[in-house]
Amino acid sequence: MPTASPFGVDDLRRILREGAGADEAVDLDNDILDRQFDELGYESIALLETGSRIEREYGIRLDDEALGEVRTPRALIDLVNEQLPTGRTR
Amino acid sequence: MSTATVVTGLGVAAPNGLGARAYWSATLARVSGIGPVTRFDASSYPVRLAGEIKGFSAADHLPNRLLPQTDRMTQLALASADWALADAGIVPGTLPEYDMGVITASHSGGFEFGQNELRALWSKGGRYVSAYQSFAWFYAVNSGQISIRNGMRGPSGVVVSDQAGGLDAMAQARRQIRRGTPLVVSGAVDASVCPWGWVAQLASRRLSGGEEPTRAYLPFDDDAAGHVPGEGGALLVLENADHARSRGARIYGEIAGYAATFDPPPSSGRPPGTRRAIESALANAGATPGEVDVVFADAAAIPDLDRIEAEAVSEVFGPRAVPVTAPKTMTGRLYSGAAPLDVAAAFLSVRDGVIPPTVNTSLSDRYDIDLVRDVPREAPVRTALVLARGYGGFNSALVVRAFGP
Repeated sequence: MPTASPFGVDDLRRILREGAGADEAVDLDNDILDRQFDELGYESIALLETGSRIEREYGIRLDDEALGEVRTPRALIDLVNEQLPTGRTR
Repeated sequence: MSTATVVTGLGVAAPNGLGARAYWSATLARVSGIGPVTRFDASSYPVRLAGEIKGFSAADHLPNRLLPQTDRMTQLALASADWALADAGIVPGTLPEYDMGVITASHSGGFEFGQNELRALWSKGGRYVSAYQSFAWFYAVNSGQISIRNGMRGPSGVVVSDQAGGLDAMAQARRQIRRGTPLVVSGAVDASVCPWGWVAQLASRRLSGGEEPTRAYLPFDDDAAGHVPGEGGALLVLENADHARSRGARIYGEIAGYAATFDPPPSSGRPPGTRRAIESALANAGATPGEVDVVFADAAAIPDLDRIEAEAVSEVFGPRAVPVTAPKTMTGRLYSGAAPLDVAAAFLSVRDGVIPPTVNTSLSDRYDIDLVRDVPREAPVRTALVLARGYGGFNSALVVRAFGP
């Protein structure tokens, strides 16, 4: 039986809003998993800030290069869960 | 093609009024924005008054994405730029992006933002510093954010010369317009009413320790003992005159002349540069002293500096020969933002035929100037001179003039 990811899309939504805000033209509550971050209004510095907040909150380190290559929420969630002890890729 | 630079839009954020209309009516009604510092606990500091902007909620004016990445000065600047563009009837997306530049001045960059991030660095560590610190505290950040928000990719930059910078930026905008850029958003907004900003400004020893808002900032008064710092400023839309006319824009007036000088070292025995800045700006405008209808003074409220300014004015124009005013007695000194705000006031004086007053000051009999005190003075204003001096010896003078046939 699959366990829920310890870091999920709702966690990401919250951290994006806290660290980088949200574009009024985008509803983050829609299905965003496979949208491109730039379509969602987030540039590289927003992702850097988001990555940094995730690291702080979850006590992990994300590989800078891997973080720089992330293009979608799903890819970022997978990257985070790989670093979490009980994480599963979806 | 005309090389004249005209102003078609005003965006104001002042302690006594948000927006040009509110600022101007407050200024003519002698409403001051100076009061006790509320943005932080200033009780242990030797300066406890400020000209603070009240009632500005950035979330009401800016996209949510910009809020976590901007200092207060940038939030105020972005709103002011929006107001200036709207006032000018400019919809940025409808003009070619390389036809529009942004040139602002900055005194200290985003100090409040920077202070918060430095506090996080010291108390929690580098991983707690916002990624947006990478630019949010830069001098150039207001220009950059205005440029990005409005798609303005023409000549842009920032000038840093303390209070003189507000005029220096507008002069640089005028140069770029002469070189062919049709439109430049220019001016300055500063805001550092925060402990770090306070400590940095205290180092000048030019701040007033006064506790009574009506007695703390008294330029040209025998009791002058420094200035009250404030936050805010103005952004203006500067435009090539033909460009403005071709789109039927309402024109406030022309940026007609400018000059900047630098004071010699105190030990040199040579005179300060204020008079030379005035004379050179008038020459640059092709204006005689007799044509100037009002002088907006720098108004340092430091006796030596007041004397230098008053003497320069009375030497160039004659004793009590031109009205002099300092509406900044109602806002405090706004650093880079001060002079663009005075330029906006000067254009409104031209429009309405009224000179805004200097409040609270009793003119010292040491100064032979005609200070417009306490109440606005109705008078036709066609040409105005705005003076601004920066810590370290900067003197800038800008001539604005009614524009038209």
